[in-house]
Amino acid sequence: MNRWILTTALALALAAGAPAALAKNKLVWSSQGDALTADPHAQNEGPTNTFNLTVHEPLVSRNRDMKLEPALALSWKTINPTTWEFKLRQGVAFHDGTKFTADDVVFSFQRAQLPTSDHRNSLDTIAEVKKVDDFTVHFVTKAPNPILPNQITQISVMSKAWAEKHKVEKPQDYKNKEETYAVRNAMGTGPFKIVRRDPGIETILERNAAWWGWKTAQGGGNVDELVYKPIKNNATRMAALLSGEIDFVLDPPVQDLDRVKRDPKLKVLEIAQDRSIFLGMDQGRAELRNSDVKGKNPFADKRVRQAFNLALDRDTIKRVVMRGLSAPAGIITAPAINGHSKDLDTPPKANVDAAKKLLADAGYAKGFTVKLDCPNDRYNNDEQICQAVVGMLGKIGVKVQLDAQSKTLHFPKIQKRETDFYLLGWGVPTFDSHYVFNFLFQSKGSWNATGYKNEKLDQLTTDMAGEIDLPKRNGLIAAAWKQAKDDVVYLPLHHQVIAWAMAKKVDMPILMNDQPQFRYAKVAPAPAAKKTN
Amino acid sequence: MFAFVVNRMLQAIGVMLVVALVAFVISTYVGDPINNMVGQEATHEDRAQLRKDLGLDDPAPVQFGRFVADALQGNFGISYQMKRPVSRLIVERLPATLELVFVAAVIALALGVIGGVYTGLRRNAVSSRAIMTISLVGVSLPTFVIGILLIYLFAVLPKGCIHGFYLFGQLLFTCAELAAISLPSFGRGDTVDIGSWQSGLFTADGWRHLILPGITLSLFNLTLILRLVRSEMMEVLRTDYIKFARARGLTNRAVHFGHALKNTLVPVITIAGIQIGTLIAFSTITETVFQWPGMGLLFIQSVQFADVPIMTAYLVVAALIFVVINFTVDVLYAAIDPRLRADRAATGRA
Repeated sequence: MNRWILTTALALALAAGAPAALAKNKLVWSSQGDALTADPHAQNEGPTNTFNLTVHEPLVSRNRDMKLEPALALSWKTINPTTWEFKLRQGVAFHDGTKFTADDVVFSFQRAQLPTSDHRNSLDTIAEVKKVDDFTVHFVTKAPNPILPNQITQISVMSKAWAEKHKVEKPQDYKNKEETYAVRNAMGTGPFKIVRRDPGIETILERNAAWWGWKTAQGGGNVDELVYKPIKNNATRMAALLSGEIDFVLDPPVQDLDRVKRDPKLKVLEIAQDRSIFLGMDQGRAELRNSDVKGKNPFADKRVRQAFNLALDRDTIKRVVMRGLSAPAGIITAPAINGHSKDLDTPPKANVDAAKKLLADAGYAKGFTVKLDCPNDRYNNDEQICQAVVGMLGKIGVKVQLDAQSKTLHFPKIQKRETDFYLLGWGVPTFDSHYVFNFLFQSKGSWNATGYKNEKLDQLTTDMAGEIDLPKRNGLIAAAWKQAKDDVVYLPLHHQVIAWAMAKKVDMPILMNDQPQFRYAKVAPAPAAKKTN
Repeated sequence: MFAFVVNRMLQAIGVMLVVALVAFVISTYVGDPINNMVGQEATHEDRAQLRKDLGLDDPAPVQFGRFVADALQGNFGISYQMKRPVSRLIVERLPATLELVFVAAVIALALGVIGGVYTGLRRNAVSSRAIMTISLVGVSLPTFVIGILLIYLFAVLPKGCIHGFYLFGQLLFTCAELAAISLPSFGRGDTVDIGSWQSGLFTADGWRHLILPGITLSLFNLTLILRLVRSEMMEVLRTDYIKFARARGLTNRAVHFGHALKNTLVPVITIAGIQIGTLIAFSTITETVFQWPGMGLLFIQSVQFADVPIMTAYLVVAALIFVVINFTVDVLYAAIDPRLRADRAATGRA
């Protein structure tokens, strides 16, 4: 044993004395949470999707302006109301050299619809995926679905042969006691391939020189080695950026951005995100759970909801709490989402007197007490936003008791309908309003804890899902938003503005959906190789 | 002696069962892991089905019984978050924690004993008083503050140098030299795989990464041991046998190191043993600050995710470590100190 250790040490010492390898363009980046798994269909979650979409590719992806662009599919159109035809890109190979064909597409989408896949809910309009020929695929939907391409941008295409060889035809089942091969290994067609994956410690990807997109407008990057090192502690992550050990941080805390901007070697990029932050009120219950108002529900009265809306000073929250990094909102969907309009998104000006008058009209001249539930580790400065809201509502006589908890405890309250008044954020990966109506406004939407039930809105939501005439569909969406805004279902606060911090030598665009695309990333070339010691 | 050992073992088993029960009860109140395991688009039915699949709907005693039965076979279930067997995760992360604790313990013991002896022998010297005052820093500053401070001083500042480091107008280090001696702020660096043990002790890079977290973790114990050795030393130097040794004409060195130090170290070893157990189980904060991929960081991440299998497994493993160490220390004590054995025999029934 001793001799073995000695030889290892000796070998290492010798290896360290060897000259450095060819200079590679290396990008080291960090964020708080690592991807949960390398299995692209097992988890539908931010960091996991980011990682998997670097190694795999979807049929359709989004460009820098969040518009749909061809990835593995060259073109797509409806050939009849319930069938979409996708023509696939030819000459594409997986990282192990096998050719990409329609078989892989059919396999991947069937896999993504299995019960153990976390992506299956985005695909629940699909009845069948059929291969027509080696490079044509038909998606048959249960009912006309005009936005199918929007819904599949996060579905990775895996290699069917590889999956069968390693027995990972199904995404990991929680009942299994062993991990599947796909948890740490992947086979995709993407611009980077896995060299080493150490979950929670380090993930090393290297450039897939055979990727079709490097010389196109969809590529252009020059990164040879992409290293990801998660760092949970905010201060340590920023210190690593300041000391040059990390080149790019995905989620710098808002309060450290000034420090980064002052550093001559670093820069900060900012962009409005597709996520909106808002407050929800339970207007459906007969009586609130944690309020001093007995026998009736103050939120059931629209005047109370309007009063709350007028009491919120979004500009002050932007200036003081978010340090300028937010866009005050009038509806709970951000500018790039289909269905958004500037008129709808203009927030009311804060007016404490008008709010008090409305409350008095509703019969609550002396105000009332209510409990606000808030997460404290999910959105930018979420707890501080809630504290500001407490103060603002206090001015109109409403005493708010704040309960800020980890998202692990907060989100179940919303899903089990156990909260009177809550903060929530919602991102829209399909960039289409139907996603918002489906989950937040529909009476049986899984994240609708407001008890709001409007049959007209439910009908509009169902109609817009199946309307293929686009102008007509946009009309339905506009009508739905007007109804939602008139009824003051939610109190929009703002759309998040995200910031990425990186070294000046890194040239990469910031993207609205907070998913870095390393195919665009360019780093200044490394200095000439010299002997290391 | 045999009865003593058996007695201690039974106590150990009792402690383990209680800890397992407590860990289990706590885990039912940490929040809903289901929400973290599925995307935001999952339906109510999906969540209910997953809850049923994981057995989260069964009554608590059933779940506890299942847990104990599995744990005895070394099976702690599969992590909700990483979907990997928990026992394998713990085995992977343990080397990192053990190496960090090893380095911190060596620093604490070496510097603590040396410092304690020095300040014990030269009680009133200025240097002694300085050491005692500075050592207060070790106990009064919280660990994460020390960690961040060290990162700032040794990782960020040197790299932020623009003109060079001057002292009294003289250039001591150029920026390039400072950058070369700066230390890394996170992670383990290059590690070598020895079987399934990933070690950072065999590469220069690994050692560079061990310095800052090792110092941070060792500071509290360093101060503790330093003060303990100092007061024990002063106590021992007042005893009769030391006086007789001096009267006999033994050299200072023989008296201090041959007689006094040996007797000083007995309680220090007991304390050090317990403290090492603490270090292993509770290196959490240092690991979080330095992103050290050990068991502590695994535990913190599992709490945030409500990853119940990892949490309960970690608490049980931590309890096991303490129990084993304390058991060893007790048995060693009884083996070393004949008085303990004699007392038991004397007070025994007969």
